[in-house]
Amino acid sequence: MKDQLIGFWKWMRIIRYFEESAKELYRAGKLKGALHLSIGQEAVPVGVCAALRDDDKVLSTHRSHGHYIGKTHDVNGAFAELLGRATGCSRGFGGSMHMFNREKGFLGSNGIVGAGIPIAMGAAFAQKYKGSDGIGVTFFGDGAANQGTLHETLNLSSLKRLPLLAVCENNGVAATTLTARSTAHQNRQLLAQAYDFPGEMVDGNDVEAVYAAAVKAVKHIRSGKGPYLLDIRTYRCEPHCGIIRDTRDKSIRDYYLGEHDCMKMLAKKYPRIFTAKTLEKLEAEARAVVDTACELAQAAPTPDLEQFKVDFGV
Amino acid sequence: MKNLTYIDAVCEALNEEMTRDEKVFFIGEDVDVDGGVWNEGVGLLEKFGPNRVVGTPISEAGYTGLAVGAALAEELRPVVEFMYGDFIHCAMDQVADQVAKARLMFGNQAKMPVVLRLCACGVGTREAAQHSQQLEAWFAHLPGFKVVMPSTPEDGKGLMKSAIRDDEPVVFVECRNVYYKEGPVPEGEYTIPIGKAKLLRPGKDVTLLTYGYACVHSMTAAENLAGEMDVEVIDLRTLKPLDMEMILESVKKTGRVVVAQEAPGMCSIGSEVIKRIVDEGFDYLDAPPVLACGKDVPIPFAEELEDYATLSVKDIEDALKKAAIGL
Repeated sequence: MKDQLIGFWKWMRIIRYFEESAKELYRAGKLKGALHLSIGQEAVPVGVCAALRDDDKVLSTHRSHGHYIGKTHDVNGAFAELLGRATGCSRGFGGSMHMFNREKGFLGSNGIVGAGIPIAMGAAFAQKYKGSDGIGVTFFGDGAANQGTLHETLNLSSLKRLPLLAVCENNGVAATTLTARSTAHQNRQLLAQAYDFPGEMVDGNDVEAVYAAAVKAVKHIRSGKGPYLLDIRTYRCEPHCGIIRDTRDKSIRDYYLGEHDCMKMLAKKYPRIFTAKTLEKLEAEARAVVDTACELAQAAPTPDLEQFKVDFGV
Repeated sequence: MKNLTYIDAVCEALNEEMTRDEKVFFIGEDVDVDGGVWNEGVGLLEKFGPNRVVGTPISEAGYTGLAVGAALAEELRPVVEFMYGDFIHCAMDQVADQVAKARLMFGNQAKMPVVLRLCACGVGTREAAQHSQQLEAWFAHLPGFKVVMPSTPEDGKGLMKSAIRDDEPVVFVECRNVYYKEGPVPEGEYTIPIGKAKLLRPGKDVTLLTYGYACVHSMTAAENLAGEMDVEVIDLRTLKPLDMEMILESVKKTGRVVVAQEAPGMCSIGSEVIKRIVDEGFDYLDAPPVLACGKDVPIPFAEELEDYATLSVKDIEDALKKAAIGL
């Protein structure tokens, strides 16, 4: 258990450092395009992915760095992808919103809100089709929960008893519109009831709670009983994209980066494990992982244009 | 040769390919109920079971996404049916942003062997604006797809088999007007390669390029004008990639071109074909190419209005006469 808790903390820290480093490069003009940061939400991918196997298939969103790293632990491939390098997980063809890693069961982040949801259902369908007990997992935000694709997917996967874990990463805001202004009913867990399968609400900054809920959900799904929904409550501490204006209440952000921060909560709960010395060591390890990835990515070659022409006939 | 209707010939293709490769499955609305609304899947449920003949709720975006995920996860080969081609609009994000782009976005590490089957397209059955469209040009315009549009039972079967075996997504556009017409189909195993056109009628004076149900009108027009000009009729069959070799060979011989299509002309297959001929075969031309096509208007219901809006044999004859001026 101790090792697992240390692993949780370390991977949450790696994701946080990854996002902070990406933001730094973005500010310096070294990282182009859209950048959707997940600072504050790290416990969700770490807790959920700890309950998964490599052969389980994850589909993610435009805010996917944490999900990618949580599922694959491939920090180098992720960083190189952000910089459009040949060594990126999508060989530099996709960028921040189109990460991919077949071996580790990460079947794509997605630039279209809600689009990954039915694709995860297809991954789940394929597991059942081939007789595996693997599952499909869709991470989606509370904003995507208002897309028709979610409702079509929940209905169809319940109807066919597909092995799908639907994870609503409920961070209270869709782009810049607060959930209270976009969504008639705030309890997304009720959607599971509407489509006749179980769901649960979880504190998304309590990594242990996220993990426990995911383990329970995955057990249900693997046993052939059909889909399961987690409504995981968390908070996005950065603006929607890049460094755009963010008019949300600063005191809430302070709370989620302070006493309700996923790493601080875990360390506070287990002071004997997370001593000052251990934390210092873990910080250094996490920093080193991300710094190495960042340096490797910057030194890596750009994609081979001649090969691109051949592969795509252009 | 044996005689089959178009719909039975394509069903035979599905049956053979599902037998040959267990990764192939068939999904769409009502495909598991009494052989589907067009009788396009007769016998498939009984033979392959509900895991491979997957009837769905009316959720085009949902089940198209399912096909994408099944292809990404285990390289399954879904044939995704849209009961009417028009209904694909409900799934356009999955089609345009996922199916078409997955291979590129994910660094050429993902195959997308998906067939998007647009059933019952086209005009002439008085089904009005939302059940009569010709959408082939949309998909030809989007990078990432191959587009085929067969007009006979033989081509329907052969092209469906090739589409299923293709590792890239293929949009398979079907004409309702040919569904229940019989035609000769070879016995045994065969495929029709994607990218090859077919000579329907040899001629030396004017090249008439056409596809889909417009092939039927085109053959009638060519016969009607047989006393005035010798028209060569070619069924393009594959709209992307175009068989420029056969097209240019014919234009080189005749020097005159008409393209006939049911779809409206703006940004259409016909306009693209003419552009390609001008680019690659300008020196062969003795007269400006002419496009005979549907009018730029949604299809109205009343017979008089629909007939006015759509391509007629006379439209093609007029185009041929225009192209033949100075012959």
